[in-house]
Amino acid sequence: MARFLIRRTLQGLLVLWLMTLTVFAIFFLGPGPKFVARVLAGRQASQQTVALIAHRLHLDQPWYKQYWHFLVGLLHGNLGYDYYNNQPVLKVILSALPITLSLVFGAAILWLIMGLATGIVSAVRTRSIWDRTFTTTALFFYSMATFVLGLLFILIFYSFLTNHGIPIFAAPGSYTSFTTNPLTWAHDLILPWFTIALVSAATYTRLMRGSMLDVFGEDYIRTARSKGMTERRVIFRHNLRASLTPVVTQFGLDVGVLIGGAIITEQIFGLPGLGWTSLHAVAAQDLPLVMGVVIVASAGVIVANLLVDIGYAVLDPRVRLH
Amino acid sequence: MSINIPTSPPAGPGIALADDSAEIEGLVAKKIEGKSPWVLAWRRLRRDRAAMIALGGIIFIVALAVFAPVVAAITGHGNLQQFRTTGLDATGTPVGPNGTFWFGADDQGRDLLVRIAYGARVSLFVGVVATAVTVVGGTIIGLAAGYFGKIVDSILARFMDWLLAVPFLLFALSLFSVVQTHPIGPIKPGLPIVIVVLGFFGWASVGRLVRGQVLSIREKEYVEAARALGAGPWRIMFIDILPNLLAPLIVYSTLLIPVTIVGEATLSFLGVGVEPPTADWGQMIGSSSAIFLYGPWWYLVFPSAALLFTTLAFNLFGDGVRDAFDPRGALGI
Repeated sequence: MARFLIRRTLQGLLVLWLMTLTVFAIFFLGPGPKFVARVLAGRQASQQTVALIAHRLHLDQPWYKQYWHFLVGLLHGNLGYDYYNNQPVLKVILSALPITLSLVFGAAILWLIMGLATGIVSAVRTRSIWDRTFTTTALFFYSMATFVLGLLFILIFYSFLTNHGIPIFAAPGSYTSFTTNPLTWAHDLILPWFTIALVSAATYTRLMRGSMLDVFGEDYIRTARSKGMTERRVIFRHNLRASLTPVVTQFGLDVGVLIGGAIITEQIFGLPGLGWTSLHAVAAQDLPLVMGVVIVASAGVIVANLLVDIGYAVLDPRVRLH
Repeated sequence: MSINIPTSPPAGPGIALADDSAEIEGLVAKKIEGKSPWVLAWRRLRRDRAAMIALGGIIFIVALAVFAPVVAAITGHGNLQQFRTTGLDATGTPVGPNGTFWFGADDQGRDLLVRIAYGARVSLFVGVVATAVTVVGGTIIGLAAGYFGKIVDSILARFMDWLLAVPFLLFALSLFSVVQTHPIGPIKPGLPIVIVVLGFFGWASVGRLVRGQVLSIREKEYVEAARALGAGPWRIMFIDILPNLLAPLIVYSTLLIPVTIVGEATLSFLGVGVEPPTADWGQMIGSSSAIFLYGPWWYLVFPSAALLFTTLAFNLFGDGVRDAFDPRGALGI
């Protein structure tokens, strides 16, 4: 176990390091340094002013010197300051993170409940009317692009209902922190939650159904039934545990990716979380901020993968970590 | 991009039974002939009613794309033509669906129906070409990793770790700004960069599928026989192993097309896809998002419906293709 953790941590750090190099390379290959200096200097600025600003932000130095500067800062726990507002990057990320986490937390609970419940019913009652309804609905949402679903939600549940005197859903762009008022927090996030949850739940319905049907074909299920075990116990104690393995993988990946920001959903609903922040940072070529978000996002995926592998060992006693 | 879809039941049981018995009687009456797996798969697909309806939907969209100029001729509205007097009202708001603008107009007074027809061209083109790039790239790398193993395999594994951790959309947006200043050969903003980005972030899943299959196939006797006859690694990989991978690759490609179409629409929605004024569904939805709250719901609804219709048709057809080629779900796609 200790060796497993050490090996995986080192691999994770390697991936993170490659990621910082990639971000740097893209910034310096692209319009990055010139773009930032020119925007900051303003439209009428002279060459000297632009050069002065570039010098102040160290943008005139060769990339490897800047990269070294960044690495030294990182090892001291300093992610640097953003180019435009001179805010500590860590502070910007920490203020955006709660919004993204709220979004992911609520959506994940919703899609797990919806996906697993429909998947289990579809598998246990194969070819029933429920199975057909759920698999068709799943295919429908599986085919839906996130941005389409989000915008249609805004059109139907916010715009249409509000215009017809039924203002039950919050306007896009409203967000209340959980600590201010948990009820308003949930109310503001319902539409974004369902946007992410419905698109994701479709995958879980299909995954769970297929996985349970596979396990029903296993010998030990036949043994359990033939020794007179109730069907309920066969389903929940014997089948469910084994069929959850692929679901756990998918869940780990999905949550890991979303921690780095639900870019599309945050953009559509005007929620200034990590995804929204990163989208705007990329548009403004704000290297320190992009770097900060990319590090958090990649770390999210790496940690989620690690937890998935540990989860395997817990769910399936045959799996050994090495 | 996970395409892990359990088998769905084929068409109604009564009909399937009748078909089966008819076929069995036919076989007894006629002489018994051997059928290739391809013929069998095609028969199964033909009998899958949902897949055939979906195929009809795909043909409809392809026809819409091919005959887009005809749609323009019928309505009398060009693809890029702006109708500032008839398409926009006095306040500059686009007009809704009516006798001349069947699907309404967009924010610049252009005919939405005509632009949706032209937009189908971009979606289908990128869907097919980017999927082809992804599958060819993934197959070659997966073959190499599975056949050579060792160092090639571990480089592939590390690269996939890295790819998995990359925030896809952010990198797509950054790469877009790079090629805007420095085009790398033919890779320019617009369609080329969209195809490159989708292929680059998509091949790994194909690579993993192919690698897994190759690992078991390369231990087969006929591969050993080929090696004993002096066949080189390239001959074994492409002549002896590759034909066995065609069925899974066909299934996977069909299911990858809708994923690619959504990917292209998402990039265009964020403003890094095809360049305006070219008609594109994702871009239309993107521009509609600024104004649909003020009334022009058609600007959002019709392009969205076109996108959903297309991906739904491809997914439904892809499910049918998978059930036909892999009825027992042995591939785990």
